Amino acid sequence: MGRSILLSSEANVDFMIHGVFEYELFGQKLWITTSHICLFIVVMIIFGFAVAANRAMKKATEVPGAFQNVVELVVEKLDGMVAGTMGKNAPKFQNYIGTIFIFILLSNFSGLLGLRPPTADYGVTLPMGILTFILIHFNQFKHQTPKDIWVGMCSPLPPWLPIWFPINVISEIAVPISLSLRLFANVLSGTVLMALVYGLLQKFALIWPAALHVYFDLFSGAIQTYVFCMLTMTYVNNAIDSDG
Amino acid sequence: MKSYLYFKEEIIMDFNENFILGCSAIGAGLAVIAGIGPGIGQGIAAGHAAAAVGRNPGAKSSITSTMLLGQAVAETTGLYGLLIAFLLLFLKPLLP
Repeated sequence: MGRSILLSSEANVDFMIHGVFEYELFGQKLWITTSHICLFIVVMIIFGFAVAANRAMKKATEVPGAFQNVVELVVEKLDGMVAGTMGKNAPKFQNYIGTIFIFILLSNFSGLLGLRPPTADYGVTLPMGILTFILIHFNQFKHQTPKDIWVGMCSPLPPWLPIWFPINVISEIAVPISLSLRLFANVLSGTVLMALVYGLLQKFALIWPAALHVYFDLFSGAIQTYVFCMLTMTYVNNAIDSDG
Repeated sequence: MKSYLYFKEEIIMDFNENFILGCSAIGAGLAVIAGIGPGIGQGIAAGHAAAAVGRNPGAKSSITSTMLLGQAVAETTGLYGLLIAFLLLFLKPLLP
């Protein structure tokens, strides 16, 4: 009865998050799960790349070597992407957007290494959505007067008639939820599909799943990374200089 | 007599669980119908993008990136349906 009906009993389908190590904190049972471990591996890869890039840029040459060239290309592309969307507000956010872009991209690509992508865990994507939410509203309160915000929140009707205020509040709260659920569901659907292919067609899943990996891990992952960063930038840009 | 009653109760419990699982499967199938909407929307976006490239072939790269962005956003509603289906099939929230 414990098994799900979709999957027959013999099938070796596994895409769930597993607990690895149990510990107690303030009387609360907590787990180190597989997504923590995959997250750690991804972060260590990024950390190694960052250290290597730092070392390469410290002794940067006029004519760049191979690795320096790659680092410059990555930074230039990311900065160009932020500058193309945010215009004059770009310099403040290039660091954050670049960081989050590289992190989500490598998390999505980590399915290629046989890891379970950390972004297929809602506990990873929801904090990123909440970070975006905080960024939006911090910048809104920093760059707009409270009166502008009030007028914006009552927006289709005049400010003395706040009937639309609750609806606008709901639409503000929906932003981080939809951002994080979009990323999570995309990566999760890819993970589940790959697990089904590998689990149900064990001997026949030989070389052709590579094509599925290209679509679900590379293409879909890159698109969703781009979308997440693009929407974050658009929302923050709107919060900084909206007309009310 | 008592053991017989217990047995019968167990059968009823088993039937209830199976019934709930079957209904969850039907619900998951119904939830995935949500994929129709994004399919139509993405098709419309792709069609308009193709028309735009036909009218202005020079702007192909920016049209493509705009189209992909819009399609990825439109995909979200379908993914909500998919998430509900996953919840019903694998986490089985309706089981007692």
